[in-house]
Amino acid sequence: MRGRPSLHTRYEADSAMLPTATQRLWFVVGLLAVVVLPLWLPRDWMILIATAFIAAVGVIGLNLVTGYAGQVSLGHAFFLGIGAYAGAALGGVATDKVIGLGLDVIIWVPAAGVIAGAIGAAIAPVAVRLKGLYLAILTLGLVFLGEHLFREWESVTGGPGVGRKPGSLTLFGWHFDQDGTVGGFAVTREQQVYWLALVVLLIMGFLAKNLVRSKIGRAFAAIRDRDIAAEIMGIGLTRQKVLAFAVSSFYAGVAGALLFTVTGFVNTASFNLLLSINYIAMVVIGGGASIAGSVMGAAFLTLLPRMIDAAGNVLPFLEVGSTGLLSTSQLERVIFGVLIVAFLILEPMGLYGIWIRIRNYWKAWPFSY
Amino acid sequence: MTQFLQATVAGLSLASIYMLLALGFVIIYKSMRVLTFAHPAVMLFGAYMVSWLAIDMELGFWVALAGGMVAAGVLGWVAERVAIRPMVGKPLFAIAILTLGLDIAIRTPINNLIGVNIRSVGDPWGFGTWNVGSVIIQHRSVAMIAAATIVGTLLLVFFRYTRIGLAMRATAADQEVALAQGISVGRIFSLAWVMAGAMAALAGTFASSDLSGLTQSTYLVALKALPAIVVGGLDSIGGAVVGALVIGMAEAYTATYQGQYVAFLGGNFSQVIPYVVLLVVLLIRPYGFFGTKEVERV
Repeated sequence: MRGRPSLHTRYEADSAMLPTATQRLWFVVGLLAVVVLPLWLPRDWMILIATAFIAAVGVIGLNLVTGYAGQVSLGHAFFLGIGAYAGAALGGVATDKVIGLGLDVIIWVPAAGVIAGAIGAAIAPVAVRLKGLYLAILTLGLVFLGEHLFREWESVTGGPGVGRKPGSLTLFGWHFDQDGTVGGFAVTREQQVYWLALVVLLIMGFLAKNLVRSKIGRAFAAIRDRDIAAEIMGIGLTRQKVLAFAVSSFYAGVAGALLFTVTGFVNTASFNLLLSINYIAMVVIGGGASIAGSVMGAAFLTLLPRMIDAAGNVLPFLEVGSTGLLSTSQLERVIFGVLIVAFLILEPMGLYGIWIRIRNYWKAWPFSY
Repeated sequence: MTQFLQATVAGLSLASIYMLLALGFVIIYKSMRVLTFAHPAVMLFGAYMVSWLAIDMELGFWVALAGGMVAAGVLGWVAERVAIRPMVGKPLFAIAILTLGLDIAIRTPINNLIGVNIRSVGDPWGFGTWNVGSVIIQHRSVAMIAAATIVGTLLLVFFRYTRIGLAMRATAADQEVALAQGISVGRIFSLAWVMAGAMAALAGTFASSDLSGLTQSTYLVALKALPAIVVGGLDSIGGAVVGALVIGMAEAYTATYQGQYVAFLGGNFSQVIPYVVLLVVLLIRPYGFFGTKEVERV
């Protein structure tokens, strides 16, 4: 096979995580760049990128159920909320208003995922009976029921307007959320949170990639493409759909648990329909049925406000405040809405699809194919 | 008993609002198999236009109401032409998600216009009431129930006895066959969105005519009409009416009795009861009570 590295003669080689040498090389280079980046980044950018990493975990989860298994869920905010509060209750500090067990991060992050996953699996039997748009409406209802639950369950959530602190990032006595020193080097709180988020994303991304290239992933795709055909091929629809919901909710739980450790505050109003739409938008803009696309979508939409802020300093009509046509935050919302519409009409494969097109163009260059 | 009747009146007026919205959802769904999540934005725009014409322009309520309905109809038409038409034939989910984006893109500028204060729509009913026995009936409740009944009847007549109504029913039954009969299916799509938009504006105006007025969060009313169409079945006009009644009544009775009997469910539980009903109905009947069960051929 020497000299023909793209020729795969075995299934293992064909379905490898990074099938070509070029991909492996660039993955390592990119990873190194991302790892050393916080040594120079300003603090606010580190926070932003760490948020993007954690959001990417949630987006991967939504992509598993929506992009791969084809079940549209508008209820992701609900599961993010479950994860956030499960994490906060297990890993947070108890006060006179809210409960908190103060466990280690290695316990409460997976536990938050498992709790969210269990609730996802409990709801799934209702969901798997439904198809298409009925499912979308059901999961939309879930968000409103969740919001009500979070408002009322004050011993866990702190109640509306009050909120609470999320779980504290303590691993075997080491505090990620405080500045410290490692081997003589001073590391800031932001740097540690950044690296922690990166590690979580790598683990969860690796697991998801493995899932989707396995038998289960192929079953998900078969259900998405034609559920009746999938059933005839011997795929248990109920079983696989419940599994898809459970895994997706697990990812949402982990993401939700960590998402608010960056800002250090969980508010009950955060888990609304807009958050769900945000995640759906990240899947759509990043690219459905693609792990790399999920990360791209999460990064793009998390960094979008900063880019628009920067543009607002240049463009005169975007004045902040009531004098301008729209404030920058409102403009950001409008652009967000327009992006969803534009991507669905013009590029249904999302950013990942654009990347594939560019890559294929240069692969064949100077020929057109 | 007085309390029960009082709750019934409140439920009927809520049901009228939900019915106007649910009919819009169903007309759009039947004509082009699209579930629109952009309805909240269209409703809010219509209600805002009524408020702007009536209060800022001082045109009088009835002129403003007509203007608002026309404006929301035009918005529906534009939205359909620009964003939905290019997606015809694409997966249903993709279109549903697209309308979510559309909703945000339209609603944000309207929020900016509404501002943070409560706006009035300048309705003539105010807080006027009639006393029937011991039951207090607001004038606006009567107006709402009457309007919903009239619109419902007009729609029935329109679909049954007019040429365009027949064309819409034909399109709902089979788009290709309708095309072959010389019906302009594209125009039917536009008409569906215009009708839905106008009804949404009417509903939005009614929803904003009580104490809470027109605010940025009035859009939540339109989302509560979604459980109504699921209870009835996405593709059933009669189902939409029944669904709206069920949801409106459930909300009103919960608002009246939940605090007395099941207080542990928390304050404002009536705001989420539509979604509880939705969950229960979908558990029993995955296609709603009057929806067509999809028969798939392989």
